[in-house]
Amino acid sequence: MTAILSADSLTIRFGGLAAVDKVSFEVQEREVYTIVGPNGAGKTTILNMISRINHPSEGRICFLGNDITEMPAYRIAGIGIARTFQNIELFEHASVLHNLLVGRHCKSRTNVLQELAFLPSVRKAEMVHREKIEEVMDFLDLQPYRDQYIANLPYGVRKIVELGRALCTEPKLLLLDEPASGLNVEETENVAFWIDDIKNDLGITILMVEHDMSLVSEVSDRVLAMNDGKMIAEGTSAEVQSDPEVLRAYLGA
Amino acid sequence: MIQIVVAGVAQGCVYGMIALGFVLIYKATEQVNFAQGDIMMLGMFTAFTLIATGGLSWWLGIVLAIAVTGAFGFFLDKLMLRQIIGQPQFAVVILTIALGFIFRSVAGGVWGADPVSFTTPYGRTIVTLNESETGNTVIDVSDLVIILGTIILVAVMYAFFRFTRIGIAMQAASQNQLAACYMGIPVKYIFSLIWGISAAVSCVAGILLAPKIATFDPDVGFLAITAFAAAVIGGFGSLPGALLGGLIIGVTEQLAQAYLPGDFARAVAPVSGFVILLVVLLVRPDGLFAQTQRKKV
Amino acid sequence: MRFVFKTSYNQDIQLFKHEGYWWSYGILFVVVATAPLYLGDFEIAELSQAMSFAVAGLGLMLLVGFTGQVSLGHAAFFGIGAYAQAWLLSVLPISFLVAMPIAAAMTGIIGLLLAIPLLRMTGIYLAIGTLALSIVLEQILKNWKSVTGGFDGKAVEPASIMGYQFNPDSWDFYYVSLAILILVLVICANLLRSPTGRAMVAVRDSEISARSMGVNVARTRITAFAISTAITGLGGALFAHKLQYLAPDGFNLIISITFLLMIVVGGLGSLQGAVLGALVVTLIPQAITVAKDYLPDAIAHQPGLEPGIFGLILVVFILYEPLGIYGRWRKLKLFFDIFPIYRKATFKRQKVFLKTERMR
Repeated sequence: MTAILSADSLTIRFGGLAAVDKVSFEVQEREVYTIVGPNGAGKTTILNMISRINHPSEGRICFLGNDITEMPAYRIAGIGIARTFQNIELFEHASVLHNLLVGRHCKSRTNVLQELAFLPSVRKAEMVHREKIEEVMDFLDLQPYRDQYIANLPYGVRKIVELGRALCTEPKLLLLDEPASGLNVEETENVAFWIDDIKNDLGITILMVEHDMSLVSEVSDRVLAMNDGKMIAEGTSAEVQSDPEVLRAYLGA
Repeated sequence: MIQIVVAGVAQGCVYGMIALGFVLIYKATEQVNFAQGDIMMLGMFTAFTLIATGGLSWWLGIVLAIAVTGAFGFFLDKLMLRQIIGQPQFAVVILTIALGFIFRSVAGGVWGADPVSFTTPYGRTIVTLNESETGNTVIDVSDLVIILGTIILVAVMYAFFRFTRIGIAMQAASQNQLAACYMGIPVKYIFSLIWGISAAVSCVAGILLAPKIATFDPDVGFLAITAFAAAVIGGFGSLPGALLGGLIIGVTEQLAQAYLPGDFARAVAPVSGFVILLVVLLVRPDGLFAQTQRKKV
Repeated sequence: MRFVFKTSYNQDIQLFKHEGYWWSYGILFVVVATAPLYLGDFEIAELSQAMSFAVAGLGLMLLVGFTGQVSLGHAAFFGIGAYAQAWLLSVLPISFLVAMPIAAAMTGIIGLLLAIPLLRMTGIYLAIGTLALSIVLEQILKNWKSVTGGFDGKAVEPASIMGYQFNPDSWDFYYVSLAILILVLVICANLLRSPTGRAMVAVRDSEISARSMGVNVARTRITAFAISTAITGLGGALFAHKLQYLAPDGFNLIISITFLLMIVVGGLGSLQGAVLGALVVTLIPQAITVAKDYLPDAIAHQPGLEPGIFGLILVVFILYEPLGIYGRWRKLKLFFDIFPIYRKATFKRQKVFLKTERMR
């Protein structure tokens, strides 16, 4: 096993406050690595730094051995990191199909002038994109919603569409920001199955932020616990849950 | 030089006050009111009707005109803008542009397209500062009244937002509608009130402006486009910024008019405000006193 | 109800997704193409003008309706296209059909150069920035006498091919306009079914996730602006031949707002909407002229009646049909498609409460 992603003493300060303070971890290939912690612990901020929405004040992020700390955000998808968002950031006034097609954007190589004339090369490329999307749709059972507008879909389905859109980029590493938040028990179980399938069948590494401890212990290989921007424990799910520091962070006292 | 600057500052104060109207509404409701200039125009014509046609004294006339315009703004929000809460910002832009068209058209129907004026107690008096061989430095009293009026208005507004209960409630409502609503603040009423205040402020601007430009017609509202530039230069969320933006534009216009060579001045002076706006926005895309805006994910 | 069975990916990519489209658009095409047979010269001339507006509207629609960037200054680019066409024909011995794409490209390049600094702004700042730009550009048109003729205006060489001179008020120019409109429609539709078009919609709906999906947001916005201005410039070039004589105040703020009105009334976010909107905007003044005979004198001869009515129509649309004419058409279609189970709530908008993201 080799490290696919490594974060080296990541720090970010908003004003004077260190939202993330010297956090270092490594994600191994084909594992599910989960970050847990109370609200405001800096979990999402870590994902934001990896997908380059926030810029770390200090520290380095390496992906497949390359330093990506200075890379512009729009290139991240192209090198194989895809993500979902905590509060769902879909393209609301577009169909599910359209949303997934945007996920293919990083794979498109045609230029604007070719597209204005819709040359055969563009059509050919489009066909390839569509084929990939149908695979993802079948994988996630999205076919019934194919041509529906996001604005008309229930919350649970939107979450899945967002997951699908991330898969369409054919990532090596998938960042999931609270994939189960707002879902009911049954939907959460589905998410657990899919995460397993994504890891085992598609061979995609997953870095996840999640609150639902049952989901975390079900799918995670390793867990990192954070509080107030600092790492407090790392290990298997059971180890972290029995760690005295973690208990203190969650229960006070 | 001094007389140019004073004229520029006065012009700038008018821009600044109209800009203040924009910013008030924007700060509170995140709506952008493109009809501000036309509301000002309506205020000016109301004052005209009361003073010139109705024969009221200037003082009584302007107080009534300000009250009427304020009420107009209040009901404009209550009856019109309320309908489209929740639609994108763009819808408000279009709606207010359209309302501006309607106001102008209605004003043209009621008052005609010919320029009108009303008398003021201070009229077009001129003060001579110092006499010298090269020429007298003269200052228009109407300019001084504008500057004085602006200072009073700003002081009153500052006190209102800082110290009164309702002013503080307005600040709260502007930051989070839902939370303010739960705290028992009547958000809808507050928004209408803000529109009323904003309309009243632009009416003040119009009334002070009237003697400076001698006559006005229904197209006087186009002035607000320049005031818009002022608001944006200031950062569109900042009240002092709006005033400062107005002053910058007002003074530049006058200086460009006076010091650029003939042909060039004619071409550049009327749009100098927009040139400054473009320059400012190119350097700082969110204006001078921007409030940083970043979406959280 | 109609079910469409899809048998290949190609079917989703086609412009006409199933044979119903061939029928409806085919009939529409026949109706439009035979218009000179049953309409008078006056109506035909009005329609050709509507088409040049529709082309400009399509340009603006790409920017506002699909990329979500509001421009209050597109009249300036309309004007640049028109003047570029007039200038090209006055200095080069080329056909107007050759000059038109060049004029469009020139407008697009100017648009591109302006977009690079301009599109650092967003939202309301961009709207004001473009507004300022259009006011400054209008001033340039008025004062750059050697190219634009200043206040005196500039005559446009008549459109002609191999000695045949087109009459801008007659059927022959109508077909030129129609051909260009169809060409632009196809180009826009092509763009929208390609990665760049999808990236534009993505930027409109959520910049942050567009970025995470690999969309270069800045570049997409600039591309959209350049294409948008180029198409609007093409509309201007066409309009120049319609006008035959250009004056700088023909391209002022009112025209910019008319363009916006067009796309809002037609229906934001649909190509059909831009065309419908252009039709409406051209028809309103005619309708007003007709209505004037029946209105009391005081109202009929009131100054500024026309913009007032424009405004009224806009207000009614924003309040009651924000999706525009095309949106209304889609609702009707759906009503019949799924009869009798149509619910009023299908298109109901969600209430959104404002929670500001400004930091203090």
